[in-house]
Amino acid sequence: MSIQILMPALSPTMTEGKLAKWVKKEGDKIKAGDVIAEIETDKATMEVEAVDEGVIGKILVAEGTDGVAVNTPIAVLLEDGESAVDISTAASAAPAPKAAHEDAPFVNPSCLPTQTPAQPAAAAPAAEKEWTGPTVSVTVREALRDAMAEEMRRDGEVFVMGEEVAEYQGAYKVTQGLLQEFGDKRVIDTPITEYGFAGIAVGAAFAGLKPVTEFMTWNFAMQAIDHIINSAGKTLYMAGGQLGCPIVFRGPNGAASRVGAQHSQCFASWYAHCPGLKVIAPWSSADAKGLLKAAIRDPNPVVFLENEIMYGQSFDVPADPDFILPIGKAKIERAGTDVTITAFSRMVGVALQAAEKLAAQGISAEVINLRTLRPLDTATIVESVKKTNRLISVEEGWPYAGMGSEMAALMMEQCFDYLDAPVVRVHGADVPMPYAANLEKLALPQEEHIIDAAKKVTYAA
Amino acid sequence: MASTPTSGKAKLETVKSPSNIASPEQMLEYFKDMLLIRRFEEKAGQLYGMGLIGGFCHLYIGQEAVVVGMQSALQPQDTVITAYRDHGHMLACGMSANGVMAELAGRKGGYSRGKGGSMHMFSREKGFYGGHGIVGATGPLGAGLAFAHKYKGDNGVCTAYYGDGAANQGQIYEAYNMASLWKLPVIFVIENNKYGMGTSQTRHAAGVLYKRGEGYDIPGEKVDGMDVLTVRAAALKAVEYVRSGNGPYILEFDTYRYRGHSMSDPGKYRSKEEVEMMKENHDPIEQIRKAILATGKFAEDDFKKIEKDVKAVVNESAEFAQQSPEPDPSELWTDILVEG
Repeated sequence: MSIQILMPALSPTMTEGKLAKWVKKEGDKIKAGDVIAEIETDKATMEVEAVDEGVIGKILVAEGTDGVAVNTPIAVLLEDGESAVDISTAASAAPAPKAAHEDAPFVNPSCLPTQTPAQPAAAAPAAEKEWTGPTVSVTVREALRDAMAEEMRRDGEVFVMGEEVAEYQGAYKVTQGLLQEFGDKRVIDTPITEYGFAGIAVGAAFAGLKPVTEFMTWNFAMQAIDHIINSAGKTLYMAGGQLGCPIVFRGPNGAASRVGAQHSQCFASWYAHCPGLKVIAPWSSADAKGLLKAAIRDPNPVVFLENEIMYGQSFDVPADPDFILPIGKAKIERAGTDVTITAFSRMVGVALQAAEKLAAQGISAEVINLRTLRPLDTATIVESVKKTNRLISVEEGWPYAGMGSEMAALMMEQCFDYLDAPVVRVHGADVPMPYAANLEKLALPQEEHIIDAAKKVTYAA
Repeated sequence: MASTPTSGKAKLETVKSPSNIASPEQMLEYFKDMLLIRRFEEKAGQLYGMGLIGGFCHLYIGQEAVVVGMQSALQPQDTVITAYRDHGHMLACGMSANGVMAELAGRKGGYSRGKGGSMHMFSREKGFYGGHGIVGATGPLGAGLAFAHKYKGDNGVCTAYYGDGAANQGQIYEAYNMASLWKLPVIFVIENNKYGMGTSQTRHAAGVLYKRGEGYDIPGEKVDGMDVLTVRAAALKAVEYVRSGNGPYILEFDTYRYRGHSMSDPGKYRSKEEVEMMKENHDPIEQIRKAILATGKFAEDDFKKIEKDVKAVVNESAEFAQQSPEPDPSELWTDILVEG
């Protein structure tokens, strides 16, 4: 059967083009790969190569013709043993295939519910078990180490990799003792090459291992953010669910103390922005231990944002060896009735101190420790605001497109009718972190900022 | 460290007598595997022209000998990872033409159910780990797959492919460093098709690519990537070296892509004569065809039958891709995270 040669699309955006020149003429014998014509597209002049073998039976579109639509038959190719007479029988009624190149405009599902399937409601996080048994007081640093050690004992596929995690015993001593217990096969010092070792860890996770990848700080993970997002976060989706990436990226995030702009930045909203990742920011030792264990067991890539200043602080942790916390569940650290304060990481402690002072002034604040930033426990926040009718979001990071912006959006979408005051964002100053002690203090959220905000939203100021 | 053939003088010496490298039957298999890739890619180009395949589509035509020769030296537990000129690697790994073509068309029957496209396909079952769109990413990711082989002790080897353009990415050298330090079983396969998109190697790369492992104590070799038997000989040697626990190895294959970088490449950066010269004098499929005929074991009729079979497979894949429905709209929201 003769074959119709169609006007080809030669770029992702081409819908029509000019048939500039026929290189072959009627009666010419052609084989696959031969250049048969030249076409001017919206971008360039391109050669059209034959795909099939045969003889050009008839040219349907003369050279020099402008505006030839993609998929218009431009010539008829005869196969072995056919003559031009067969042309009339060529299947010409084949419907033009639908062009795949017409990009659908981006649609926000919440704007166009009739065209886009609604995002299924997120599965509720596992209920948090009450841990009523005895507790032990440990530092956040020890809690993190214990979590890794317990999971490494439980699962031979868990290993720890990063700069100074083994012989140095951890740049911040978080991995202290792991090398001695698990050996250098499972506790691996890397060179100072974040991009490379993050990629190696992701590759190992593709193959089914469960790496815990330590960044000395999240500032340096900027070099590795391509592998965290493009390789770890997107592969499950791109693979149609075939290939996941069970990995934890962890390390201290946010401002440390007097280390200047390149070593003091909060990356919470950067990673929380990305589908395909889970993002956790623990505050207490119990958070650190329970959530790191959960992160290591989770089959997804988890970004685990610790805080250097918290490492030395002690908290009570359930002594139960099975202690673990669910990812995606916030914790009400202090119940209150007048205003809801959300915070994560070190700012939870600052918010609790502010709440204590507010109580003395007759304002009852409810402090929510977010613990997981993606998926966010919106139910707990919304329920709280329905009671208090006010929300203050606290974070160390910059305000623009920050976690506080997300809280404000959440309030607009789910609590609009419950709000008695605008949402207030308490956050780091919108500047690179200064070094001078006085300026650094001015750049970071303080207890007074939260107290002022609470007075403002309760109209007590 | 074992003897390191980094001088490049060893080129072709290992294949003076092709009969030692592959039997006529094996050679016929390579012919078939390369022809399948060639015809598949031609069909993909055609479907792109019809608007059935969208976005970027990077064809492997001309480079077939590299992946077919490499695969011939691997074992079932070995793994493969490459960048976005990847359809040939998938077929060579044994992935079905139907599944690959349907994915190119963005259909439900594709390997990623239409959600990955030309550059993003995977088959854990066949040891194929993508299909990656970021230039250079396969260096560390491949070293990571090799890390897992070593960690699990499964005696596997990872072949990590990237192009001459990607060979300039910094992360490649971070991967070299750790792969050599930790003696990871990885072969870094540089498919040097002479152009990083439209920039020729002479304009984008200083020095010699296969020698860039020298400072990391990684042996490297430059190999004629247009002759599948030469590729196979080099692959067997590299695989043996790597599987024996010596650490990584670099193979730089001189190869050539006949088509543009992607479909919208006007090809202004190289001459038609150059492309024609490569097609006429170095075509990998013609070379193996001649080598097979020289054995006297097979004749034109054997090729004809293979050509017919390959055409049928490719046509069926195009048919399958067009018949396969688009993914259900609900697929928008699946596979973002592993549930549970």
